[in-house]
Amino acid sequence: MDGTETDIDGEAAGEPRKVRGYAEVSHETGSELLEQVLGQRARVSARLGTIGAIVAIASGKGGVGKSAVTANLAVSLARRGARVGVLDADLNGPSLGRMLGLLGSRLVDGPSGVVPPAGAAGVLGISTELLLREDAPLRWKGPHADRFVWLGVTEAAVLREFLSDVVWGELDYLLVDIPPGTDKIGRFLDLVPDPAGVLVVTTPSEVALSVVSRSVAMLREAGVESIGVVGNMSGYASPGAVQPLPLFSGDGIRRLTESTGLELWAEIPFDPGMGARTDGGEPPGGSDDSLFGKAFQALADRVERGVGGREAAP
Amino acid sequence: MKFLCLSCDEVMAFAERQLPGDGTLTAIFTCPACKREMALLTNPMETQLVTSLGVEIGGRTVPQQPMQQTRMGLDSPLEDAFEAPVTHPVARGPVTWAAEATERLEKVPSFVRGMVKRIYADYATEHGIHVITPEVMDRARSDLGLEGM
Repeated sequence: MDGTETDIDGEAAGEPRKVRGYAEVSHETGSELLEQVLGQRARVSARLGTIGAIVAIASGKGGVGKSAVTANLAVSLARRGARVGVLDADLNGPSLGRMLGLLGSRLVDGPSGVVPPAGAAGVLGISTELLLREDAPLRWKGPHADRFVWLGVTEAAVLREFLSDVVWGELDYLLVDIPPGTDKIGRFLDLVPDPAGVLVVTTPSEVALSVVSRSVAMLREAGVESIGVVGNMSGYASPGAVQPLPLFSGDGIRRLTESTGLELWAEIPFDPGMGARTDGGEPPGGSDDSLFGKAFQALADRVERGVGGREAAP
Repeated sequence: MKFLCLSCDEVMAFAERQLPGDGTLTAIFTCPACKREMALLTNPMETQLVTSLGVEIGGRTVPQQPMQQTRMGLDSPLEDAFEAPVTHPVARGPVTWAAEATERLEKVPSFVRGMVKRIYADYATEHGIHVITPEVMDRARSDLGLEGM
């Protein structure tokens, strides 16, 4: 302390001490911190400028099948001739490397960034699954004490690099699989404040309803205009079935659309065979006339109409 | 982050960064008027926080490698996750030619046309471009220093 007494508002007991605040000091310090942060943002904008539509697949709730929906939607769009990339933003629980058949593929250092590998149906993909030793948990180097202070910042930086340093090229759609947690939706929106659309994935389960409703509220507060509901595991589709059988006792999908006023873009039944193909790196998407296939055809139709990626591409 | 010399009401200028190697960081700032110096000392957690932002106090002396934070930060990285670029990259998706680009390619002398076509196709593949247009050809010529083609 310098001996000057100040009250709770920071004013000295006698003459108020006048010290210029941060915003009043325009002179550069030479630390170049602000310039570097602005440069990072500029690189993200420049890289995403060649992408027709960035579509996030989110929920807030875990275990609703976001990654499987992402993989199958990606191949459905790609088989229609769209150029599609997938960014697995689930850094700690990645699965899209496997689902897109990318395991074993290498990232290539190119002159303008890292070239991602192409997997099922030519879909480009990036995932921490491609960067980690098999079965190794995601851990970041750094001091162990107070890890919580810097961990979130590190993960946000990695996500930023997935956007800015990967040579996505001229894509019609970049699908971003957002991990569980409404905070992760916020992190994505910090980097991509104006996505062309967000698909909110839920199940009929009543448990999912409250969490997903919070995510919808967050998206609306952030000004996201195009939000569609995807009801996953809306029933059980046995091979050759004409109608899906009930899988959950809840009615969460209908209640979510009613309470939020959002449109239901697709209802996707659980089909064990299709699930196995997805897990095996060959997501079928809308490739046949099964209930599962028809659902993804409908979803791809709706995405094409709803976010207009192909029309928006340069 | 700025430091103000209260005696001179001048913003102190960054002068030097020191990394002792124990996870701490020292950044020295100088008042341009009275030349008084001060040092910002950060503990390992604070240093890591700055590192996590992907910035260096005082600016970068060497450009960042693409995905540098990801590569340097992973504790259990797959050692061969990244590979160097190959001279003739493997196709990573079909590359097609727009009609205008094909028309322009036909103006290239026939004895070098095949080579030129391959250069543009490799460029497109490496950059994740699926349709080669005249604009892509212009960009490739500029990037690769092939202004004569």
